[in-house]
Amino acid sequence: MSGRSSTASNNYLPFAPGFVDNDGPKIVSTRFGYEDSHTLARSLATGGYDGLKLALRRSPAEVAAEVKEAVLLGRGGAGFPAGIKWGFMPPVWPRYLVVNGDESEPGTYKDRMLMERDPHQLIEGSLITCYALGLNQCFLYVRGEMAQAQENVAQALNDAYAAGFVGKNILGSDVSIDVVLHWGAGAYIVGEETALIESLEGNRGMPRLKPPFFPAAKGLYMKPTIVNNVETLANVPWLMLNGAAEYRKFGSEASPGTRMVAVSGHVKRPGVYEIEQGVVSFRDLFYGDNYCQGIRDDNELKAFVPGGGSAPWFFEDQLDLLQEGRDVGSAGSMLGSGALIVMDHTTDIVKACLRLVRFFARESCGKCTPCREGTAWEEKVLQRILDGHGRPNDIDLLLEIGKNISPGTYPVASFAEQGLDTVPFPPKQTTICPLGPSSVAPITSAIRRFRGEFEAKIDAAQSARVEA
Amino acid sequence: MSRLSTENEALAREIIARYPRPKSALIPLLHLVQEQDGYVADDAMEHLAELVGVTPAEVLGTCSFYEMFIRHPVGKYKIDVCTNLSCQLVGGEELLHHAEQKLGIRPGGTTEDGMFTLEDVECIAACTEAPCLQVNYRYEYKLSNEDFDQLVDELRQGDRPEIPNHGTLGLVRQHIAPDRLAGIAAPEVTGTPAWFASRQPEPEAAK
Repeated sequence: MSGRSSTASNNYLPFAPGFVDNDGPKIVSTRFGYEDSHTLARSLATGGYDGLKLALRRSPAEVAAEVKEAVLLGRGGAGFPAGIKWGFMPPVWPRYLVVNGDESEPGTYKDRMLMERDPHQLIEGSLITCYALGLNQCFLYVRGEMAQAQENVAQALNDAYAAGFVGKNILGSDVSIDVVLHWGAGAYIVGEETALIESLEGNRGMPRLKPPFFPAAKGLYMKPTIVNNVETLANVPWLMLNGAAEYRKFGSEASPGTRMVAVSGHVKRPGVYEIEQGVVSFRDLFYGDNYCQGIRDDNELKAFVPGGGSAPWFFEDQLDLLQEGRDVGSAGSMLGSGALIVMDHTTDIVKACLRLVRFFARESCGKCTPCREGTAWEEKVLQRILDGHGRPNDIDLLLEIGKNISPGTYPVASFAEQGLDTVPFPPKQTTICPLGPSSVAPITSAIRRFRGEFEAKIDAAQSARVEA
Repeated sequence: MSRLSTENEALAREIIARYPRPKSALIPLLHLVQEQDGYVADDAMEHLAELVGVTPAEVLGTCSFYEMFIRHPVGKYKIDVCTNLSCQLVGGEELLHHAEQKLGIRPGGTTEDGMFTLEDVECIAACTEAPCLQVNYRYEYKLSNEDFDQLVDELRQGDRPEIPNHGTLGLVRQHIAPDRLAGIAAPEVTGTPAWFASRQPEPEAAK
């Protein structure tokens, strides 16, 4: 595919491109084949809001039980079952639902697509959730940089309010729920649920300490609050219509249903795919004809990020692992936010590692010292290695800084290759949230596997210094 | 520049009314200021402080945390080139370098004619369409150097009318007709919604 077309206006798409239909089962991308998938008309013509109608005929408790039975795993990163999370709410009102659309994990591209291409599905899922939880105020937090998503969600909400699907007396019933569109202003950390709540209160988006501030008990305005990811809630309408038993027919026993994954980097056909959870291996995804069709130029795979910039890297040894949360976790990484970044053998590992570390250094909110200072040092040391000014003890220094942010052994997949037991994810942390430890992931992954490349750069710097 | 216009102040009040507490509206209101002036001025922050009932320092505290708020005038078009890993692997840094050459500025800088501000940014969620960039938060995908040159030329000639000036986000806003609003209450108002109580077989009183 070439880049922009010659006429400017043709390039302006009303929704996100990059979705690849792989002929597999679809739960959240069913309308993606339509150019007008974001409109109320298309939504209604294809079963939109039918799940809501069905839910309103049942009791809130029954609706919540259906979702719990389906084992709807959170799609934001942690993979916690939504039904169980909902159960953590104490019987206190008011209570709130906050939809997390602050997608900014490096490599992640799915929530924006779901918001731009099928905003009504998300609104319907949010409404069913509000109904199940007995609450009437929902905030839909969209990342600041996503102007098109804000626009499409705003239009969808305006249409849905006017048509009686949202607001006062939904579908003529006594149920009244408001859904308010809120948007951010550029801060990765706000994707963390307590930081998201701070941001929604109009404050600097810094995470709160858990405990005591578990959002389900003390969230928005210190009231019980459920924070769910966009993709998680987008599953709810289908689940409601077809039931938990049907939902569980897809995917594996522990990870039912499908999930949206974005594969980027050095593959022949990068794209966003809806795949069954727990049954597709990384090899299938990268090399399969229905998926990415191999590494570009038939190059060799060097490393890949299995679940967003925060995830420890995998290598060819892990290709046959299924994309199953538990398996990936015990192998020392995570599926995270469904972001896979593939690096072929031409990749400069130090450079790639630096780029991810730099992200965390830039996005550290500054609340915890180990992260605020540590990420900046990691970046500085990696930059000098890359620039040819590396010092002999820099590799140890990097690992040492990492230990201050994440003490003990950091999970690294390549332990297996060295005959050591892998350390399960997640790691320990000296910080309030996982942003700091995430910066350690690329460093330990790259150094453990490609230490020679770091040493070569440092040695070259040393000999240059001696000659000069 | 200045405080919110009368029209925008009315819009601001509408936005504030959608939240249980006024301060929650602060980020959308700062965006409204940036839409009006292209950046966030001190006077405007003082105005927002009055509207939501906090001190100007608290408004500045929030404003200064978020990357998108800029407290000085910038170009009409802010070009944000992604250089994060997915883009870097397929030429994001080279694209940024080309943009620097083409525009004659470094990231953070603005061209002398006030048309363009360049920035290197973190992942903007278009990873499969790399390398990519945003112009005032509108996407351009899979750009070659030639594509970039063409984009800049089109912007200079006014051939991209769909891209609004810096500061404007979504062109559609949420509006809730008063008779459609379920009712936003302060967090101090307790009690379950009537519809919930009547639909629960076992009332919470059992606890």
